[in-house]
Amino acid sequence: MRARAIFVAQLTFTLLVAAFLIVPALQSMLAGVTANYFRGIRSGVTLQWVLQVWQLYADTILRSFVIAFATLGVTLVVGVPAAYGLHLRGDRLSRAVEEIITLPLAIPGLAIALALLLTYGGLGSFRRSWLFILVGHVVFTLPFMVRSVMAIFAATDVKTLDETAASLGASPLRRFRDVIVPYARPGILAGSLMVVTLLLGEFNLTWMLHTPLTKTLPVGLADSYASMRLEIASAYTLVFFVMIIPLLVAMQIFAGCRNEPAGPRR
Amino acid sequence: MSGHGVALRVVACGKTFADGTRALAPVTLDVGRGETAVLLGPSGCGKTTLLRIIAGLETPDPGGRVLFGDSDVTGVPIERRNVGMVFQSYALFPNMNVADNIGYGLKVRGVGEAERKARVAALVALTGIEGLERRRIDQLSGGQRQRVALARAVAVQPSVLLLDEPLTALDAALRERLRGELNRLLRTLGITTIYVTHDQAEAMALGDRIVVMREGAIAQIGTPRAVYFAPENRFVAEFVGAANLIEAACNGATLALPGGTLPVADGALHGPATAMIRPEAIKIVPAENASLIGLVDSVSFLGDRQRVLISAAATKVITADVPNAIALAAGDRVGLSVEPAAIRLLPGDTT
Ligand SMILES: Nc1ncnc2c1ncn2[C@@H]1O[C@H](COP(=O)(O)OP(=O)(O)OP(=O)(O)O)[C@@H](O)[C@H]1O
Ligand SMILES: [Mg+2]
Repeated sequence: MRARAIFVAQLTFTLLVAAFLIVPALQSMLAGVTANYFRGIRSGVTLQWVLQVWQLYADTILRSFVIAFATLGVTLVVGVPAAYGLHLRGDRLSRAVEEIITLPLAIPGLAIALALLLTYGGLGSFRRSWLFILVGHVVFTLPFMVRSVMAIFAATDVKTLDETAASLGASPLRRFRDVIVPYARPGILAGSLMVVTLLLGEFNLTWMLHTPLTKTLPVGLADSYASMRLEIASAYTLVFFVMIIPLLVAMQIFAGCRNEPAGPRR
Repeated sequence: MSGHGVALRVVACGKTFADGTRALAPVTLDVGRGETAVLLGPSGCGKTTLLRIIAGLETPDPGGRVLFGDSDVTGVPIERRNVGMVFQSYALFPNMNVADNIGYGLKVRGVGEAERKARVAALVALTGIEGLERRRIDQLSGGQRQRVALARAVAVQPSVLLLDEPLTALDAALRERLRGELNRLLRTLGITTIYVTHDQAEAMALGDRIVVMREGAIAQIGTPRAVYFAPENRFVAEFVGAANLIEAACNGATLALPGGTLPVADGALHGPATAMIRPEAIKIVPAENASLIGLVDSVSFLGDRQRVLISAAATKVITADVPNAIALAAGDRVGLSVEPAAIRLLPGDTT
C-alpha cells in the first residue's frame, strides 16, 4: 500500500518535470501551425508559416547539414589518427597537446570567433565562404572526438594489438585500418554523435563568423525571431525539430548497433 | 609445413631506454635453425626487451646487430621481418572471428581466399580448436585464446617464432597441459623459436637450450641438463631448481663440514669453496658408518617424496628430498651421503 503510494508520487513528479520541459517545446511547435498566434489555435491550423520558412531558409537548413557533416569528416580524419598518435606517445608532450586542443572548450565561442576573425578576417574569399565557419566548428568539436577516441585506447592494450598486426606483416596504414579503427569504433561513434549534436545547435561561434550568405540553422532561427512574425519563428522551431530528432535518433540507433555481436564477417 | 626457420644471431645488442634505464647490457646469442631457446630469468631482467629487439619492436643501442640467417635485419621494421609473435595477453583482434584472426597474416600477404582457407583449416586442426572457427574472441576460454594466438603466429610460416610468456595467464593445470602441446607443436613445425618465461619448469620442458638472464645480462647459456647439473654460478644454481649452497673448505678430495666430510670428484680445487648440491642428490643413510652426520629439523610430506631439513651437518640448514617411504621424525640423527659427481664446486665469490 505504502510502496504504491510512493510509486505514484514518484511517477507524478517525473511526469511533472517532463511536462515542464516538454510543454514549452510543444507550445512553440503548435504556434508554428497556428494561423494567428494572438487569437490562439481557434484562429485555425495552417502550414503557411512552415512553407514560408522553407522558402526563406531552405538553403540555410541544407548548408547547416553540409557544414555539420563536413566538420564531422574533418574531425574524423584528423581526430582519430591524432588520438592514436597521442596515445602511443603518451609522454609529456602529448599530454600538453591534449590539453591545448581541449582549451577551446573552456573559452567562450565568441572569443574563439573573434580570434579567428582577427587572424583570417583579411582573407576575403575565405572569410566569405562557409569554409570559414567549418574551421571554427572544427576547432570547437575536435577535442570531443579526440577525447572520446582516446578514452577507448586508454581502456585497453591497443598498442599490443598494433604490434601484433605489425608482426603479421601489416604496414602502419593497413593496421590502422584493419585493427585500430575497428577497435576504436565505439569511441568514434560516440564522438561523431557528440560532434553532430553540438554542431547542429551551435550558435555562439557561428553567429560571429557568419555572413548573410553563410547562415546555419540556429543563426537563421535567431534571425527569424528578431525580424519575423512570431509564427514564422515558431514554424522554424518546428522544422528544426522535424529535421534534427530523426537524425539524432538514427545516429543513436546506429551507434547502439556496435554493442550487438559483430557476427561472422566474410 | 616444417623447417621454415632460419638461424638467429644477436650480436652485442644492448638497450638503454630514453629515460636512461639500462635494460640490457650488450648480449650476444646464437640460436640454431629450428632450435628452441628459452630466455629465463626473474622479473625485470630484460627478457622482453631482448625479445622485442629480435622482433624489431625496439632498436638496439648503436653497435648491436640482429641477423636472420645471412641477412642483417637490424634496420628492418617488424612488418618485413617475417616473425611470428605471441604476447602474454594474446592480443587477438576483437573485431575478427577466430578464422579471420588466424588468417590475417596470410591476407596481408595477399594469399588467395582458397589457399588461406585451407591453411587456416590445417592450423585449426593442428592446434585442436576445430569447431571454433566462427566464434568471436570474447567467446573463447583462456586456453582456446592461447591456441588461436599461436595458430595466428605460425600461420605466416615465420622465420623466427617469438613467444613472450604465452602460458603465464593460464591456471596451473592448463598450463602444464598446454606446455606439452606446445612442445609437440614446436618440434613438429621446426621453427626457430625464442620463448620467454620466468618459470624454470617450463624452460626445462621446452628449451633445447636455456639462456639464463640476470639484470640485463646473460648468466649462462646451456642445455636444460647443463644448466641444472652444472650451473656456472650461484645465481643460476639458485634460480634454476632448488639448490643447497654450502660453504666449505676443500682439500682436493673431500669437503670438510661441521658434521663430517663429503668426498668430491677428482680434480677439485684446494681452499674455500661453495658446493652446490641438489636436494634430490642427498641420500639418508644409517648414522653408524656415515661420513657426514646431521639432525633432522623437520619433515614435510609432499606425496611423491618428502622434504627434510637437516641441521648440524653444514654451516647452513641442508634441504634433502628423499623417498616417501623412509620413516623420519624431527630430532632423528641421520647419516648423509652424496655421489661425488653430484657435488658441483662453484667459484667462491661469484654471486
Ligand atoms: N619502454 C621502457 N622505458 C623504460 N624502461 C623500460 C621500458 N621497457 C622496459 N623497461 C625496463 O627495462 C627493464 C627490463 O624490462 P623487461 O620488460 O625486458 O623485463 P622482463 O625480463 O621481460 O620482466 P618480466 O618478467 O616482468 O616481464 C625493466 O627494469 C623495465 O622497467
Ligand atoms: Mg616481460
